[in-house]
Amino acid sequence: MREFTLVVAILVATLRAATPLMLAGIGELVTERSGVLNLGVEGMMLMGASVGFIGTVTSGSVVIGLLMAMLAGAATALVFGVLTLSLMANQVACGLALTIFGTGFSALIGAHYLGMPLPGLALSLWPNLSTASPLLHQAMLVDPLVLVAVATPFLVYRFLHRTRAGLILRAVGESHDVAHALGYSVLRIRYLAVLFGGGMSGLAGAYLSLAYTPMWAENMVAGRGWIALGLVVFSTWKPFWLALGACLFGFVTIAQFQAEGLGLQVSPALLAMLPYLATIVVLVLISRDTVRLKLNAPAALGKPFHVTA
Amino acid sequence: MRLRLEARAQPARIMLWLSPVLAAVLSVIGISVLFWVLGRDPLQALQILFISPLSSIDGLAELGLKATPLLLCAIGIAIGCRADVWNIGAEGQFTLGAICGAVVALRFGGNDAWWLIPAELLAGIAGGAAWAAIPALLKTRFNAHEILTTLMLTYVAIQLLSYLVHGPLQDPQGYGFPQSKQFEADAMLPMLIPDTRLHIGALFALASVPLGSLLLGRTLMGFRIRVVGLAPGAARYAGFSRNGIIWFCLLLSGGLAGLAGICEVAGPDGQLTPVISPGYGFAAIIVAFLGRLNPVGILFASLLLALLYLGGEGLQLSMQLPIAVTGTVQGMLLFFLLGADVLINYRVRLRPAHVGAAGHA
Amino acid sequence: MPHASHEARLRLTGISKRYAATLANDAIDLTIRAGEIHALLGENGAGKSTLVKIIYGVVRPDAGAIVWEGEDVDIVDPNTARALGIGMVFQHFSLFESLTVAENIALGLNAKETLAQLARRIAAISERYGLAVEPFRHVYHLSVGERQRVEIVRCLLQEPRLLIMDEPTSVLTPQETVGLFDVLRRLASEGCSILYISHKLEEIKALCEHATVLRAGRVVGACDPRVASTETLAEMMIGGQLPECRRGVQPVQGKPCLLVERLSLPADEPFGTNLRAISLQLHEGEILGIAGIAGNGQKELLAALSGERQAPRAATVRIAGHAAGLLGPAARRRLGLAFIPEERMGRGAIGEMSLVENVLLSCYQDGLVRAGMLRYGAAQRYAQLVCDRFRVVAAGVFALASSLSGGNMQKFIVGREMATHPRVLLAAHPTWGVDVGAALAIRQALMDLAQQGAGVLVVSEDLSELFEISDRIAVLFDGRLSEPHRTAETNVDEVGLLMGGRWESASRKASGVAYAA
Repeated sequence: MREFTLVVAILVATLRAATPLMLAGIGELVTERSGVLNLGVEGMMLMGASVGFIGTVTSGSVVIGLLMAMLAGAATALVFGVLTLSLMANQVACGLALTIFGTGFSALIGAHYLGMPLPGLALSLWPNLSTASPLLHQAMLVDPLVLVAVATPFLVYRFLHRTRAGLILRAVGESHDVAHALGYSVLRIRYLAVLFGGGMSGLAGAYLSLAYTPMWAENMVAGRGWIALGLVVFSTWKPFWLALGACLFGFVTIAQFQAEGLGLQVSPALLAMLPYLATIVVLVLISRDTVRLKLNAPAALGKPFHVTA
Repeated sequence: MRLRLEARAQPARIMLWLSPVLAAVLSVIGISVLFWVLGRDPLQALQILFISPLSSIDGLAELGLKATPLLLCAIGIAIGCRADVWNIGAEGQFTLGAICGAVVALRFGGNDAWWLIPAELLAGIAGGAAWAAIPALLKTRFNAHEILTTLMLTYVAIQLLSYLVHGPLQDPQGYGFPQSKQFEADAMLPMLIPDTRLHIGALFALASVPLGSLLLGRTLMGFRIRVVGLAPGAARYAGFSRNGIIWFCLLLSGGLAGLAGICEVAGPDGQLTPVISPGYGFAAIIVAFLGRLNPVGILFASLLLALLYLGGEGLQLSMQLPIAVTGTVQGMLLFFLLGADVLINYRVRLRPAHVGAAGHA
Repeated sequence: MPHASHEARLRLTGISKRYAATLANDAIDLTIRAGEIHALLGENGAGKSTLVKIIYGVVRPDAGAIVWEGEDVDIVDPNTARALGIGMVFQHFSLFESLTVAENIALGLNAKETLAQLARRIAAISERYGLAVEPFRHVYHLSVGERQRVEIVRCLLQEPRLLIMDEPTSVLTPQETVGLFDVLRRLASEGCSILYISHKLEEIKALCEHATVLRAGRVVGACDPRVASTETLAEMMIGGQLPECRRGVQPVQGKPCLLVERLSLPADEPFGTNLRAISLQLHEGEILGIAGIAGNGQKELLAALSGERQAPRAATVRIAGHAAGLLGPAARRRLGLAFIPEERMGRGAIGEMSLVENVLLSCYQDGLVRAGMLRYGAAQRYAQLVCDRFRVVAAGVFALASSLSGGNMQKFIVGREMATHPRVLLAAHPTWGVDVGAALAIRQALMDLAQQGAGVLVVSEDLSELFEISDRIAVLFDGRLSEPHRTAETNVDEVGLLMGGRWESASRKASGVAYAA
């Protein structure tokens, strides 16, 4: 019985750890498919985490907190959008600026809320039973956002490959000059994609501060935004591969938990290195095949669009 | 009537230097708004941020102390950026440099050996360069993009430091605090100005400015770097080895960051702790951009950002603002700079909304 | 002709457009009647592309009026143009490589139908006009000729009343061009007007009833090309006499200065071409022309010859007798190779650098570097020499390369390469996108260089240029190189067949066997 509980607990924990990667990753996937490279995912997630926490604490409602988090992510993404789409600034530099600003600003507004407790979003199915053992407790946690994260690859795939709007988005990412010559509003489509990416990153951040570890701490996203970026490349911009990658990384992230379960004594710092090392490995594996990468990458990714009119 | 951006025939060179100034002005306005929203007196805050740190010798020495790591890291980052090699992991290389230098200092300290300090510094450079060699290898062999690899290695480096000061390097007489032993006196860098914390690392930093300019402007290697950054196709045409340039840029910037790391640890503090940098490696990216990827500009930009660090500490003390205000202001500055840069290649015009059918010949 | 009507379908008055420093269109008037095949003639840089982009709504004019079928219109974007009945086939195709033909066509229409219904309509049009396309193939598999057919079918699905063709035959073999003309004549007979942009005089004379000539952004003349002479047209186009190239006395052809032996190289790009057992010999004093449609291995061959890609074995490529196959560009330059690449900006020169620094790009081994330090004084003198000899118009040698016109930039690059006194010169599309004066100077320079004993290899899509300057011509098709023929002993038709891949037919033609069309 203990083994079964352990397996279920690990599965649930993996999904919960994968959720922020999945949500932020799918947002960035859509953004990149439209041809825009937004490296500010980490900053947008932090904004979502802090605003979501603040919103929940001040309004008392988690739903309002989540909505505010999505708005915060989208608002930060809008700044990025204005700089890179309308003012044609360098996308890489703006993404970095977004991360630095998001890190600092979220810490600034969240300073007052450090260490404040919050009942988590995760609801336990059988509260009485779960007090019996911590493993069982983990196994019984249900997170509405996890279900959302599981649904997103299906929804986004359907959007990209079965709707006309998705076709147009892919076309814009493939060649913005041709799309413009055909009469499509490249900027409008990219703005929408960037805002979607921002909203999803904000949601992912809020998940961390409201459900995963219900509290606010500076830099709590701890590089997950960057891992999500790596995952988008690893998935060659395909939603289901992204889901797979997110689960793999979720699994690696909870190494501490597994070590405990297996009774191993390893320094927490060394275990904490694992997700980052894994990202490097995964990136190397996918980048080696330059032909495959070039074939699958949105051809216009990262290139600024100059309207000749 | 609408505002339109119209491409200039030639990039406006004057704007290249005017836009950082414009960005700084906009940032000051932005900062004032921020403070007003946070319920603090903007004028007083600006005074603490920009004026107070400069009002004493001690303050100026602190400015130099903070500018040193920024300058060293930023020169390396800028040279890389000129070649389109983005070293985002200077923070990690800084950390590794500090670790390697500290190991040498702790192991061989206390014997008054003349070679101790040079050895420490070389170990720091080697550590930083080695940490940057990993992304260089991954990029040249496996085409893995250096933005992600250098960044991931930064997180790994921070965890490594944490592991070391909690474990192998922990001071047995340290009451269980996560910190290494204190360096012996002979392992500490000499001070430039007595009774201040400004150490000789500042001289290395200053030297890197003319050396960097010389490298970029007058050597064949510098030419290769600029060509690869401006037009990779032209670099192939000229027969410049892209891999060689990548290795050079990453090793150089890693080495410089490593040097900055050991200087920071062997200068003011003399011991390894879990947090040895308030984000110098990341702030150096802003310094590089603000300085227009040009060593002389970077010198001034590093002084400005050092000022922001000091001012931020001042705000924390006298206005009870969290230290994160520094990061916010830095990010804001970079945003405004990137926005103002658009004026280099475009000018703003007022245009009537519709043209065409209205005008008959 | 019974279909001709005398009211104008499209009338442009006073159209002007300025881009930063250049006035691309200057008060242009243009009238096109229903069912008319109207040529828009002018050399590179005359403003033709800008004008049609304005008609198609991609670009907004600064001034002027457009009247379509009697009504004032404001064409704000391509959607509006398509709704009015204007269709355009671009010179550089507007297709998405990774999507299928049907998806591409769907994107070009505002169609609400399913892809299956669209495929049926595509098949119907395709059959009606003899334009074979397969709706569910991905575009990256298609040849250039097939892609153009997709573009045309896309336009035809919207039943256009004006079809704009922008330099359509630059990517076709002579035989395919004939087929295209049949389609266009058929469309015109059904009442569709055609605006045909080109700088190829023979084609315009064969196809069009009316011609408007542009020069430096202005209309300088209009005529009926069926009766006007080539000389008249050319003079209107360039504003003077058509200059001629002078070929010196043919020198005795010397030993081979470039030898390629069975070079096979896989493509290093997803949509590239594999080189297959290519062999060629370039002699001193000779100009060897390589014809072929873009995408048949030219890029790959040039990269293998210049050293940007290494050959499988050192002996596969021999420069002046030395085995050079494994050497990089710098080493090959030391052996006496020079290269004028197909891309001016971003490869042959860097726009953001000055002419002095651009000299360093290929000549840094010619005494311009000492102990790792650059010698700017020497580079400056070198650049000045190049500019003087080739009459490059620039604001001094410290001017940025991006400030030069296309023609001047190309002259500078050609001059720079020639100043190294090469033994072998590789020239890729040396006069592409360059005004007539500069093109002439460049061709003359190539011939003079051969005269002095160097071997010149010219890769070009411009058959008339190759026939003008080459001693021998070979054709590159699908990564294979045909047997070179002496220019004097072959003709455009035969080369055209080779370009289209009909190598057996071509050899039959050459050997005089009767060939049933």
